[in-house]
Amino acid sequence: MSAQDKVTSVPDLDLEVLEIHLLLTAIEQRYGYDFFNYAMSSLKRRVRNIQCDENLSSISELVPKILHDPQMFDRFLVEMSVTVTRMFRNPQIFKRIKESLLPKLHTYPRIKIWHAGCATGEEVYSMAILLAEADLLKKTHIYATDYNNQSLAIAEKGIYPLEKMQDFSKNYLAAGGQCSFADYYHAKYEHAVMASILSKNITFAHHNLMRDQSFGEMNIIFCRNVLIYFDQILQDKVLTMMRDSLIHRGYLVLGDRETISFTGISESFTEIEPRSRIYQKQPEISGF
Amino acid sequence: MYAAQNSYSAIAIGVSAGGFEALAQLLPAFPKDFDLPIFITQHQLMDADRNGFIAKYYSQRCNLPVHEAYHGTQIKAGHIYHSVSGYHLQIESNGSLTLSVAPPLNHAIPSIDILFESAVEYYQSGLVGVVLTGQNTDGAVGISTIKAYGGLTIVQDPDGAEARSMPDAAIAATQIDAILPLDEIGPFLAKLSNRESP
Repeated sequence: MSAQDKVTSVPDLDLEVLEIHLLLTAIEQRYGYDFFNYAMSSLKRRVRNIQCDENLSSISELVPKILHDPQMFDRFLVEMSVTVTRMFRNPQIFKRIKESLLPKLHTYPRIKIWHAGCATGEEVYSMAILLAEADLLKKTHIYATDYNNQSLAIAEKGIYPLEKMQDFSKNYLAAGGQCSFADYYHAKYEHAVMASILSKNITFAHHNLMRDQSFGEMNIIFCRNVLIYFDQILQDKVLTMMRDSLIHRGYLVLGDRETISFTGISESFTEIEPRSRIYQKQPEISGF
Repeated sequence: MYAAQNSYSAIAIGVSAGGFEALAQLLPAFPKDFDLPIFITQHQLMDADRNGFIAKYYSQRCNLPVHEAYHGTQIKAGHIYHSVSGYHLQIESNGSLTLSVAPPLNHAIPSIDILFESAVEYYQSGLVGVVLTGQNTDGAVGISTIKAYGGLTIVQDPDGAEARSMPDAAIAATQIDAILPLDEIGPFLAKLSNRESP
């Protein structure tokens, strides 16, 4: 490979930093979404996916498109929040919730659960199923929020490809499900429609963790595989907001490989068991 | 030998089928005072190794500490970071590790291409990319990118590999600097030494 080839085949990284800054500035000022505290390597990868799909020769070409076309911004939001999720993802975590957390929830007259960054809702229905089997669903209100309205619409409909049900069913059993997973949906052509009994007490709402305030008094908050997209500053901000949204001794459930050890609020929580990724809010130590 | 003329900033290794044994043979070759960070993306099944056995296993057999890659970890020279099941491993622009649950690439999460492409943006020509045994083509695009940035590219000789399609794909993708049998890769890498990170 000649030296000239090398120059043309790799992007000018310094220029790209400037281009991404321009793009994020355009998005923030036009649409009010602040992506400046997003993990840069993930952001860049996703912006490049859009660049490639849209056949653009540079990232900055995306700026006028996003400024003038709200649909292009929606396209950006979808790309930023596309994620791998499934029902009972990491079934061991759901099993732990079922065995250790749900028995404690029986003592509360009402239960509030928040799925922050619920994406297409698979885990919201997973949790609703566990609550139903523990006879807790009736007194529970579930808030399922995301900043991506397209994902939220899928979550609210509760319709998933039928072909995924085998995998979901396997996870359901691994999570300690007591019935048959097929009891919770009905098949319609190529789709599985989740039972309406599960969604009766779920509120689906638009919420942007990068900007919006807390919901109060939650027993459990799920925030799974969301913090990995944030830099340290935004992680601390969001975790503080979550802590303040939990009741005394409420629980925070993180992703399978997420930890609060390196964050500013690690002292406010205790992990219920090492590597469980389930954190219990500790009483505040008041000074004199 | 390339190693005699240059110095490098980091090593990124991609491995799939047959990887556990290959790494168990390769990693002990690094001496205690080895001064580059080493990143490994190894294909794993979903929910595999939740107790962190792999990192402990390698740690006991290596002169260097081996860690599971956690989000936000600051990269240290002479440490080995191993990918975890269900997450892509990326190198962040501030010299830390980032995880992602973006869709699989080449049917793989973690994907070797994603590690290589993020690492080379940070280390540029200082990156050494290594593709080992595997039944896939993951890593081929990434190792071409490492080559394009002027980094050093090494591939396990497909003839001796447990699964040859990943080394074959890497060799077909770009002009590889060194194609070596597994038992020579460790000693080769162990001779590389540090230069300033960008």
